[in-house]
Amino acid sequence: MSSKVERIILAGFGGQGVLFLGKVIAETGMHAGKNVSWIPSYGPEMRGGTANCSVILSENEIASPMVTVPDTVIAMNRPSVTKFNQKIKAGGMLMYNSSLIERQEFRDDIRLVEIPANEIAEELGNPKVANLVMAGAYSKFSKLITFDDLVACLPSLVKGAKKEMLDINLAAFKKGFDYVEEKKYMFGRYVYSVFKGI
Amino acid sequence: MTMKKVFSRPASLSKTPFHYCPGCDHGVIHRLVAEAIDELEVGDRTIGVAPVGCSVFAYDYFNFDFNQAAHGRAPAVATGIKRTRPDSIVFTYQGDGDLAAIGTAEIIHAANRGEKMTVIFVNNAIYGMTGGQMAPTTLIGMKTQTSPYGRDAATAGNPIKMSEMIATLESPVYVTRVTINSVANLMKAKKAIYNAFKLQKEGKGFSFVEVVAICPTNWGKKPADSHKWLTENMLPVFPLGTFKDTFGVEKSA
Amino acid sequence: MAKVLMKGNEAIGEAAVLAGCRYYFGYPITPQSELPAYLAKRLPEVDGVFVQAESEVAAINMVYGAGSAGARVMTSSSSPGISLKQEGISYIAGAEVPCLIVNVMRGGPGLGNIAPAQSDYWQSTRGGGHGDYRTIVLAPNSVQEMADMTITGFDLSDRFRNPVLLLSDGVLGQMMEPVNLPEPNDYDINSKKWALGYRGNDKNERNLCSSIFLDNDELEEHNWHLYQKYQVITDLFSKGEYKDFAVEEHLCDDAEIILVGYGIISRILKTVVEKCRKRGIKAGLIRPKVLWPFPTAVFERLAKTASQFLVVEMSCGQMVEDVKLSVDGKKPVFFFGRTGGTVPSDFEILNEVDKLVRPD
Repeated sequence: MSSKVERIILAGFGGQGVLFLGKVIAETGMHAGKNVSWIPSYGPEMRGGTANCSVILSENEIASPMVTVPDTVIAMNRPSVTKFNQKIKAGGMLMYNSSLIERQEFRDDIRLVEIPANEIAEELGNPKVANLVMAGAYSKFSKLITFDDLVACLPSLVKGAKKEMLDINLAAFKKGFDYVEEKKYMFGRYVYSVFKGI
Repeated sequence: MTMKKVFSRPASLSKTPFHYCPGCDHGVIHRLVAEAIDELEVGDRTIGVAPVGCSVFAYDYFNFDFNQAAHGRAPAVATGIKRTRPDSIVFTYQGDGDLAAIGTAEIIHAANRGEKMTVIFVNNAIYGMTGGQMAPTTLIGMKTQTSPYGRDAATAGNPIKMSEMIATLESPVYVTRVTINSVANLMKAKKAIYNAFKLQKEGKGFSFVEVVAICPTNWGKKPADSHKWLTENMLPVFPLGTFKDTFGVEKSA
Repeated sequence: MAKVLMKGNEAIGEAAVLAGCRYYFGYPITPQSELPAYLAKRLPEVDGVFVQAESEVAAINMVYGAGSAGARVMTSSSSPGISLKQEGISYIAGAEVPCLIVNVMRGGPGLGNIAPAQSDYWQSTRGGGHGDYRTIVLAPNSVQEMADMTITGFDLSDRFRNPVLLLSDGVLGQMMEPVNLPEPNDYDINSKKWALGYRGNDKNERNLCSSIFLDNDELEEHNWHLYQKYQVITDLFSKGEYKDFAVEEHLCDDAEIILVGYGIISRILKTVVEKCRKRGIKAGLIRPKVLWPFPTAVFERLAKTASQFLVVEMSCGQMVEDVKLSVDGKKPVFFFGRTGGTVPSDFEILNEVDKLVRPD
């Protein structure tokens, strides 16, 4: 992943909060002093199988905010994988919600990261925070935003939220981050390519 | 011996001579508007909106600020003016083609929003300025340029009754239909127009006065015959009366 | 003021409030609906007026009324709705009433679709409605510029008593970027002596807002008066104080091929230029920020040094005609467009550049 720019497509179905997840990452990037852009799925695909948004984090000025070749795809459901898998840059990353997406024949030139986001969110007592689990997980990989940036940015993202809600959001970030750390995905670049053919 | 002045031009009327055809009712109706505004002493804060139609030059005959609107859009323009300057007295002056055809949406929705404005609707059952075409209020069987065989309900529908329609809405506070075919009716029309502006001055809401009028030129009749024709043919279709008076302004006067 | 992450549509709404606009009249249509939704919430907080009109036709006429009464007023819509507003815009231009009109362009003709497009260029820059008139057309390419140009738009419209059109598209309206919002501006509704309802002591005659001149000579005089005003505006943008505002040039001095685009396309073209340069292709970018008056001078100058121009639009080719007029046959002008809601990718544009610079 280039340290100067990170292009991300975040996709799922309506209600999974992928647009908000994109906003969380973009707003965190902005507070961390980066240039950011966020574009929602919009146009003909709006009523299709997936809702998605494109986010760019960059140390330099962002020329085109359009993401045609993402460095990372964060997929919350299976149609999102189908739709965006082939677009990921070689050497990029597919981070997917393994609660809803089974292992399958993935590309072998990208890093695969599976996060059981729904299960983690349910353990926390709120299935709606599965998106924020992904945000925490992503911060472990990002060179432009850190876990601490996410935590610092949270109050401005959920203005007026009650303390319990803030706590559960923070817990979701933490669980996502810890999951990656424990599984040490950082060191196994193509770790799941072994599942090719399953 | 001093002379007592019994008749003069209302202060709100300008010195510009009317361009209207001989016998046309517009001049009298303009005067009634001017008198009401003078009597309510709001001439310095009145803004008129002129329509498209014979009264397109209405702004020339009054002494206060005016906007000249597109065909049918006067109630929308008046909405913008009144919302911007709520302490002004804002009125539109519209004909039947303007208000009841192309501007139906604008008048219904301004009325329904209860815009605090006054609408003077002159219904003479025909398009005057464009040379006598069928209006939404043209009577069944009435011959015009565009209904040369007489208006046929089967293909052109029936005369549309705007006062009755607007009175079905909850927001308007005063909806009345008058005419000026006799001295008695003229005095009633004068009072109705006064009432409509009075309600606006008091900030009460949307007031609407329909004036059933003549168009001797396009009807092809002499002015006196026109009033007779109006009485016999138009008033049965467009009955005079007050359809809505939320605050009882007629009784209180 | 700290940066705020906002949608383009919302940035326009907030900038309008900061510019002293207290009146909004509109009708829902995708993809601009965040703007009325934002102002429906925001305007009551500042004692402003938000009216959801019964149609775009009514909305623009409410704008005409409020503008003629001295308000800083705006409306917004997307392409089909802007078509409906054209009658009102013509009256507003004829009566010389200031206002801001936002078009968040979508695909047409007809109902088309709700995806981003740039196919209203002709409608925007040629007046749009009936009669001999112009609107000043501003074309932002970022959320920051959506805000900045909203404020500039109000200033220009008041200064010239002319409608100003902010021409955006679905991507710019929907996308979020950080915005620096300016300090609020106190606008005095009684600052316009010509306005209806103006009640200063210096008011001698009644005020009139009208676009009717039934006498031939009077209308001709009015038409030439408008034309002269448009000349003053054109000069202001071509050599006056808005000269630098009107156009952005990027790496044009040594460019062999100059890419031309406005709005969101110009952002993609900047990426294409970067990629070209990495590959040894001397590419540059001209981005008109003002579409009327069109920044002709920059093309006249660069037609002397560049070998060719490539205009890219989300249309079948509209602005390309103004570029050809400006280049005036001195160098070839090529066109690449995508329509129907597809935003061209940097790769396909790069491919077009390749075909032009390496024809074999």
